[in-house]
Amino acid sequence: MTVSKPVKYTLMSCLLFGLNAHAVSPNKASLLANACAGCHGPNGSSQGPATPSIAEMSPVYFIESMSAFKTDERPATVMNRIAKGYTKEQIKLMADFFYSQKMLRTEQLTDPAMASLGETLHAANCEKCHAKGGRESADDSGLLAGQKIPYLRYTIQDILNGDRAVSRKMFKRLSSIHDELDSDGIEQLLHYYGSQK
Amino acid sequence: MSAHSRRHFLKLSLATAASSIIHAPLIHATISKHVVIIGGGIGGSTAARYLRKMDSSIKVTLIEPKSHYTTCFMSNEFLAGLRSFKSLEFSYHKLAEQGISIIHDYVVAIDADKQSITRSSGDTIHYDRCIVSPGIDFKWNAIEGYDETTAKDIPHAYQAGQQTLTLKKQLDAMRNGGTVIIAPPANPFRCPPAPYERASQIAHYLKMHKPKSKIIILDDKEEFSKQKLFEAGWKRHYGYGTNHSIIEWVSVAQGGHVESINAKSHIVSAQADDFKADVINIIPPQQAGKLAFTAGLTDQSGWCPVDHKTFESTIHKNIHVIGDSSISSPLPKSGYAANSEAKVCAAAIISLFNGDRPLAPSLINTCYSLLAPNDAISVAMVYGYKNDKIIKMDGAGGLTPNDTSDHMRQREADYAHSWFNNITHDIFG
Repeated sequence: MTVSKPVKYTLMSCLLFGLNAHAVSPNKASLLANACAGCHGPNGSSQGPATPSIAEMSPVYFIESMSAFKTDERPATVMNRIAKGYTKEQIKLMADFFYSQKMLRTEQLTDPAMASLGETLHAANCEKCHAKGGRESADDSGLLAGQKIPYLRYTIQDILNGDRAVSRKMFKRLSSIHDELDSDGIEQLLHYYGSQK
Repeated sequence: MSAHSRRHFLKLSLATAASSIIHAPLIHATISKHVVIIGGGIGGSTAARYLRKMDSSIKVTLIEPKSHYTTCFMSNEFLAGLRSFKSLEFSYHKLAEQGISIIHDYVVAIDADKQSITRSSGDTIHYDRCIVSPGIDFKWNAIEGYDETTAKDIPHAYQAGQQTLTLKKQLDAMRNGGTVIIAPPANPFRCPPAPYERASQIAHYLKMHKPKSKIIILDDKEEFSKQKLFEAGWKRHYGYGTNHSIIEWVSVAQGGHVESINAKSHIVSAQADDFKADVINIIPPQQAGKLAFTAGLTDQSGWCPVDHKTFESTIHKNIHVIGDSSISSPLPKSGYAANSEAKVCAAAIISLFNGDRPLAPSLINTCYSLLAPNDAISVAMVYGYKNDKIIKMDGAGGLTPNDTSDHMRQREADYAHSWFNNITHDIFG
C-alpha cells in the first residue's frame, strides 16, 4: 500500500504522541536504524561532506541498494561489509523506517550559475524519472535534491565506468551529457542537486 | 483509505490523544522514571539524547565534570596540523535544550541498594536506573617511572584535551632530525588502531616539516589492528621497510616492551635497548574508569561485566555500564561501539520501565584510520545477539581489501570525515 505524505505524517504524529503518552517501547525498526546514524546522521540525514542521506529514500531503492551491496554488485567502501550483516526482513524494516523520516538538507558550497545550467540539463534528461528536481524518491530512483555532492560525483563516476548497473536509458543520457559537455555537464548537474534546500 | 474511513480514523486518533492527556499525569504519579547518567563522553551523551528522543516522559540527568568534551577520534589529524583543536570540542548546550539536566560535577559514590549517587558537593541524587560511562583509566606505574605526574610532560594523549595540546606543542618544538617514540600497550585497550593512525599522522607532519626525523613504535604486541593495511600505507607514504623509513615498528618479540622511562633524561628503556627520544608518547595499559572501581562494578579483569542485552551490570542491579569500561567483546572499545551500545541500552531501559522485554540488540562498529590526507582504511562489523551474548554476524564486516585502489581509499577518507561530522552530531546535536 502506498500511503500519501499527509496521511503518513498524521499517522506518524499519532504514533509519536502515543509514544510519549503511553510510553510505547522501542520497536525493532528503530533499534536497527539507530545503529546507522553514526555514519548517515540522526534519522538518516547526513551532515556530509560525503556520506549520503538515506532519510525519505524510497523503500524499493533502499532494498535494491542493500541487496546490491550484499552481493558485491555495487562498488562500496564499507557498505558491502555492513549489508551482509542483515536479513531481508531487517532490511525491509530499515527501509520503511528511513522512508518515514524527513530528509534535512544542509548547506553545500555551490555555484549558482553552474546550478542553473544543471537545472536545464536535469529538466531535459532526468526529470522524467527523478521527478520534482530529483526531490522525489519513488520506486527505484534515488534521492538527488540536496544529496551530498561528493557522493553523487562518485556514483556518476561508477555509472560511467560501467561499475554500477543502471537502466540503459539512464546510462545513455549520462554518457551523452558527459560526451557533449565533458565533465562540466556532470558538475553542473551536481551543483544543481547540491544547491537545493 | 476512503474519505469516510480516514475521517473516522482521525476522529479516533484525536479521541485517543485526548484521553492520553488526561491519563498522562496518572502515569507519572505511578511510575517514577529518572535516569542518572554519569560521564558525558560518547556513551553517556548518546544515551542521554536517545532516552529523551525515544521517550520524553523520562527524566534524564547527566553528570559530567568538564564543560566541554574533546573527542579522541580525529585528534591525530590535529597532531598532523590538518585540523583545528576547536573542531574536536563539543559543548553540552544542545543536550540541555533537549530537556536533559546537566550537572558539572564529580560523582564520588554510588549506593546501589539505595539507588542514589553522591556528588563531590555532598548532595545525593536518587535514580531509578543509572548509566555509568566513565571511559578508561590508566594503570599508572605499570611502566616504571610513568605516573600521573610524569604524564604532564610525557603525554599519553589518550584522553583528549590538554594532553593532546601538550603532545602537539612538543612535536612543533622538536628539531628536524628528532626522534619520536610511541609506545602502545598490550590488548585490550581503547581504540586498537589509534596508536598506528597516530604514527601515520605524525609521520605526515614530519615528512612535510621535519623530514630528517623518525618515529619508533615500541610495541607490547606481536601484531596490531589493520596491520597489513597500515604497513602498506606506510610503504606508500613514508618509506616503510627502507633505510629512510620515517616509521620503525618494534614488536614485543623484537624487544618492544617498555620497562621504564626516565622523564628527566628522556630515555625509554625497552627490552631491546635504551632509546633517547625528543618526544615520548606513552600509551599506558588501561582499565575501566575510576568510578567503575569506586562503585564496585569491575571484576578481576579491571573491566565491568554486563548483560549483553541491556548493558545492566551483572554485579549491581539497576546500574548499566556502557562504552570502553564495559566487557562487551566481541565489540571493540571504540567511539562507534560506545555510541551503538548507548542506543541499545537506552532502548532496553525504556522497555524495562514499561514492563516489556527488551529487544535483542543490533549494533554496528565502523572505524576509519587516516594514513595520509586522502588516504584512509577501515574496519567494520555488524553485531547481533545469540545465546545471551553479542555476536559478530556471519559473513559481515571486515577490513578494507588489501588490493583496493587509491581512488577507493580517497573515498574512505571522505567518508571518515563524514563519519566524524555525523557521529558528533548524533551525540552532541
